[in-house]
Amino acid sequence: MSLLSYLINGISLGSVYAIIALGYTMVYGIAKMLNFAHGDVIMVGGYLIFTFVSTLQLPVGLGIVLAVVLCTMLGITIEAIAYRPLRNAASSLAVLITAIGVSYFLQNVALIIFGANTKAFTSVVNAEPIKLFGDQITISGETIVTIISCIIIMTVLTLFVNRTKAGQAMLAVSEDKGAAQLMGINVNGTISLTFAIGSGLAAIAGLLLCSAYPSLTPYTGSMPGIKAFVAAVFGGIGSIPGAFIGGIILGIIEILGKAYISSQLADAIVFLVLILVLLIKPTGILGKKVQEKV
Amino acid sequence: MKKKILSLTLILAMAASVLAGCGGASASGSDTFKIGGIGPTTGGAAVYGIAVRNAAELAIKEVNAAGGINGYQVEYKFEDDELDNEKSLNAYNTLKDWGMNLMIGCVTSGCCTAVAAESSKDNMFQLTPSGSSTDCTAGNDNVFQVCFSDPNQGIGAADYIGQNGLATKVAIIYDSSDVYSSGIYEKFVAEAASQPFEIVSAEAFTADSKTDFSVQLQKASDAGADLVFLPIYYTEASLILTQANTMGYAPKFFGCDGLDGILGVENFDPSLAEGVMLLTPFAADAEDAATQKFVSDYKAAYGEIPNQFAADAYDAIYIIKAAAEKANATPADSVADLGTKMENAMREITVDGLTGAAMSWDAEGAVNKAPKAMQIVNGNYSLIQ
Repeated sequence: MSLLSYLINGISLGSVYAIIALGYTMVYGIAKMLNFAHGDVIMVGGYLIFTFVSTLQLPVGLGIVLAVVLCTMLGITIEAIAYRPLRNAASSLAVLITAIGVSYFLQNVALIIFGANTKAFTSVVNAEPIKLFGDQITISGETIVTIISCIIIMTVLTLFVNRTKAGQAMLAVSEDKGAAQLMGINVNGTISLTFAIGSGLAAIAGLLLCSAYPSLTPYTGSMPGIKAFVAAVFGGIGSIPGAFIGGIILGIIEILGKAYISSQLADAIVFLVLILVLLIKPTGILGKKVQEKV
Repeated sequence: MKKKILSLTLILAMAASVLAGCGGASASGSDTFKIGGIGPTTGGAAVYGIAVRNAAELAIKEVNAAGGINGYQVEYKFEDDELDNEKSLNAYNTLKDWGMNLMIGCVTSGCCTAVAAESSKDNMFQLTPSGSSTDCTAGNDNVFQVCFSDPNQGIGAADYIGQNGLATKVAIIYDSSDVYSSGIYEKFVAEAASQPFEIVSAEAFTADSKTDFSVQLQKASDAGADLVFLPIYYTEASLILTQANTMGYAPKFFGCDGLDGILGVENFDPSLAEGVMLLTPFAADAEDAATQKFVSDYKAAYGEIPNQFAADAYDAIYIIKAAAEKANATPADSVADLGTKMENAMREITVDGLTGAAMSWDAEGAVNKAPKAMQIVNGNYSLIQ
């Protein structure tokens, strides 16, 4: 019985990682860059919703829409100011370091605006928890909503990328920027769109992260961000279903590791598993091996 | 060659700034005591730092109005350390440059230990209102505590739970990456062996994984614990209370002074903390005249009901005053001489304060006083009679 309950807790934690990992993998898959600031855009999303819903008392739906819109704009702005000028830089390290810089920038701005005091986030999820086996096992409403949102987002993203013109443009850009440009695709616009989608997802991830773990500080996004990055690599970075599977598996490993091995070593176990997976299958669970054509 | 010149210039510049720093410190303040304070006024433990900053200021104003210490007025400056050891050291150096000759702080154990390593070299008298780890005082003759040391909190908590028959099966959730939390945990476990309850589960978490407590709570619940002991800070405790509530697990929760402040978390639902007990030496609703005067003065000045940290800091200033008077200290003494005088005096004085009657200090710098327990009732801390 306790195993089942740990599994459910694992899925619940994993679903949060999964929804963050979707944003990571989306941006990496198309723009081929690691947006380390993704976790902090999530934190910004959390604060925006906190401000709209708890402080300004706006209706929840309106608050979420406003937060998604503002995060989308934030994502486009970050891309245009910080990443675009470096796209053709000699080393791809430059843009990676910039992303880390943006991450610290966002944390410090949040520190100035909101202060470092912990804020208790009121969950915006109204779903009743499901109780099984005579109340012995509880699946919280947040978990259910997070998993459903994950599946919806995953499906919509997959359809979008494979079925629409903009999505096809994204695939083309991810395969070969130069050739895509020659075929008349607006590369800058396409990458901006990718960041817009990724950051809009971050707002939703922030909402679900803070609903599940209702404590909001300027550093809320950083550790889940790193774990979700691990999940994305785990599932095969660039693969949308891979991010979902990677997130769920990572959550389950973390919780089972805590429960049956050691609650102090949980993080070490997570990273050990990542190393093992990368040794055995370097592209991750669902990653495709791309042959470099010479 | 160019590089050599550059590095030489840098070395000279550094040497000059070090000398300038020394000059500032030795020449300063011959007619006032300069008390410097360090603590987190922003960051996860800001509630503590702000309380200490305000209450010490309140006490210093009173002392100055009543004629100062040994006839000398007191100047006061408080620096933020954001709960970061390195920033705490920077704050210490800033205050030294300002001319500090007595120190109150740091507010938290980790920072206090880091600064004590440095202040013991200067023999700067350091009185921490709330740094409760034994690492703060161990081997540092210059450091004293107003609050209980962690071992004493661990022992006190185990005794209190045992003697009052609060539980038969106890679970513990602690932060193994924090000296405060693991210090209390170790002593609690050792003391529990001689108490009429059993520890059925002891689970840790670390600074990197402190959002999900489902496993720790599940284990406590599976083991049938009727009391969960939380020797941790309030930020994590607020998450634990929320998650326990979600999974429908409702044991008694018992914590130490780190839980003080949980009702101050913005937007926190106080009904989740209803019934939580904590071992803390100060209750704002106590009936004695000294407490009531302090609470009303603090409220008038800062608009809040003071917590235990505020009371510790208020006491700290009066302890400094008592020790300085006993030692016949003057601001003209060098920092190190003043330190020696104060340290000798500390081991002789007995002070009645808000956080305990007849407080005295042992050779290590730890305080002796009786513990009190409080419970959160109707969204307020109240003393258990």
